[in-house]
Amino acid sequence: MTAANEALARDNRRLLVRLAVVAAAMFGFGFALVPFYRAICEALGINYFVKPEAAAPVNTQVDVSRTVTIELDANAHNLPWRFRPLVNHVSVHPGALVTVEYEVANVRDRPVTGQAVPSFAPRIAGQHFKKLDCFCFTQQTLAAGETRRMPVTFVVDPQLPADIRSIALSYTFFEVAGKGGGG
Amino acid sequence: MSAVADHVHGHGHAHDHHGGYRGVMRWITTTNHKDIGTLYLWFSFVMFMVGGVMALVIRAELFSPGLQVVDPDFFNQMTTMHGLIMVFGAIMPAFVGFANWQIPMMIGAPDMAFARLNNWSFWLLPFAALLLILSFFVPGGAPGVGWTLYAPLTVQMGIGMDLTIFAIHILGMSSILGSINIITTILNMRAPGMTLMKMPLFCWTWLITAYLLVAAMPVLAGAVTMTLTDRHFGTTFFNAAGGGDPVLYQHIFWFFGHPEVYIIALPAFGVISQVIPAFSRKPLFGYASMVYATAAIAILSFIVWAHHMYTVGMPVTGQLFFMYATTLIAVPTGVKVFNWVATMWRGSLTFETPMLFAIGFLFLFTMGGFTGLVLSLVPIDIQLHDTYYVVAHFHYVMVAGALFAAFAGVYFWLPKWTGRMYDETLGKWHFWLSMIFFNITFFVQHFLGLAGMPRRIPDYPLMFETWNKISSIGAFGFGLSQLLFLYIVLKAIRSGEKAPEKPWEGADSLEWTHLPTPAPYHSFETAPVLK
Repeated sequence: MTAANEALARDNRRLLVRLAVVAAAMFGFGFALVPFYRAICEALGINYFVKPEAAAPVNTQVDVSRTVTIELDANAHNLPWRFRPLVNHVSVHPGALVTVEYEVANVRDRPVTGQAVPSFAPRIAGQHFKKLDCFCFTQQTLAAGETRRMPVTFVVDPQLPADIRSIALSYTFFEVAGKGGGG
Repeated sequence: MSAVADHVHGHGHAHDHHGGYRGVMRWITTTNHKDIGTLYLWFSFVMFMVGGVMALVIRAELFSPGLQVVDPDFFNQMTTMHGLIMVFGAIMPAFVGFANWQIPMMIGAPDMAFARLNNWSFWLLPFAALLLILSFFVPGGAPGVGWTLYAPLTVQMGIGMDLTIFAIHILGMSSILGSINIITTILNMRAPGMTLMKMPLFCWTWLITAYLLVAAMPVLAGAVTMTLTDRHFGTTFFNAAGGGDPVLYQHIFWFFGHPEVYIIALPAFGVISQVIPAFSRKPLFGYASMVYATAAIAILSFIVWAHHMYTVGMPVTGQLFFMYATTLIAVPTGVKVFNWVATMWRGSLTFETPMLFAIGFLFLFTMGGFTGLVLSLVPIDIQLHDTYYVVAHFHYVMVAGALFAAFAGVYFWLPKWTGRMYDETLGKWHFWLSMIFFNITFFVQHFLGLAGMPRRIPDYPLMFETWNKISSIGAFGFGLSQLLFLYIVLKAIRSGEKAPEKPWEGADSLEWTHLPTPAPYHSFETAPVLK
């Protein structure tokens, strides 16, 4: 009987120690979750505290699967100006912000004021061509012999019909009568 | 049966002796599993009253919109302490009390494996409770962070937070020691012939619960320790200012927190699995499947924790994993519910108070399970997160689940423990008052949650007033009904009718078949002989 009791007490103590080890290990496991959590977040790229460079904004507006060619054209209507784009064409993704430059030079010996008017081919593309900044928004006055570079900043709307692969953007400068010394 | 009882009475050591001490010292020094079980049960009842008063403060404030009774800071302290005290002070110790009383008697063991450790496990609890109560009286008051103790708020709280952290350390230590004791008792001290698969299901659910406690409680201890070092020793586990992450706390907490839900629910399942067969006069339907379902619930409970935090910004694959894993738990839980119903099917049912509470449990717990399924679905949970719908859901599983099971257990085993019967009429009154007022309190909270009322707020828009008034009336009714329970138990102990040897004819576990009523102070000093 006593031998059996001692054996039981020994078995009980052994189980106590084992379970205490499990409890201690689980206490450690709580702390092991800290590096584990960081590793998981890094692997999934979900925690910006852990990896600040992962927080760089991704532009979901730009449709990189499409490329549209913008043909740039410039004309001066009865105006003694030399007017041309710096590049003849540019390839853009719909949704991307693009800036192109035109150069205009007044070859006359007195100041002249002009206003540019844009036109698009095909015409429907005009609805999807969003100009954020353009020299055509205002009248331009050039001093005698002055040369100026002027930007156009635009976005081609991702809603642009899929069959349009190139857009011609043409500017024509008209002289504004009665201004800048009266042509 | 009386022949068996006489045999036990005839045994030389069966007379009551209390280790030589009398009065208070008897209870402080006791190593007897029945004494310690009694201590656990009374302690948990006191805590139940304390936590209940806090709940009534909350409901009094929410009776009308605007601030009437308490200031918002104290309101937050009430919600926090109500949760902590009810979970760690009332429900968990109550079921440990049942385990202490019942497990040795059910498996034919003379006592728990480590009797002195058992004494210490209990006597840690009052000190933890003292620390929690003390936190109300320090500068800054008790923590008002919610029972989940989320960072970063916990890093900023006053000294009351430190007291709470130490209280949780002590409570955790008590639970772990108690669990080790229970596992050892069940695995090593069963009577010859009592194989694992012959054990009453209550012992099985507690065996699995004890394993859950050993695995989960230390993780909570780790989480609050990290909070403590963040507060005082310059670590930055959760402090975002130093590169820590508050969301990490939520992960660690709920890794403990979800198993904790089943730590509370499984022993309740065990009690119900004893009561329903006894009053159906049929053996439990699908015993083996009950055991496997319990184990399945326990294992699954470790891989579903993030369903408490769908809104923290986890990847959709994470949400999907936790959603499917969570809904999977409905399968073993459904097995249990169907087995209980099948046990009652074509049984010779009688509806004494324990059975009423068991059926009330079955009905309301299943409803709580269904709202749990609703909340497990990510798209719906994102709408309902932190609303009163969640509050209603977990009170259906905690109060109508765990607490009703505890009531069923007390009424069921009170004759065995005290040798006296409770007043059946008053018991039925207690059941029906609890049942009705419980639903008045919590059913309407589903409506509040669906309408968008957030939890843990002292004030609310006018449109929520009607349901809040009804809920508050129900809460006061429910609270007062529990005083009737106290009266019934005291009346039974002092002047109850003497219980017959076998008050429940359908009960068939060892404490009913092999021990006299009331159970002697020392039972099964020689192991019973089992067929």
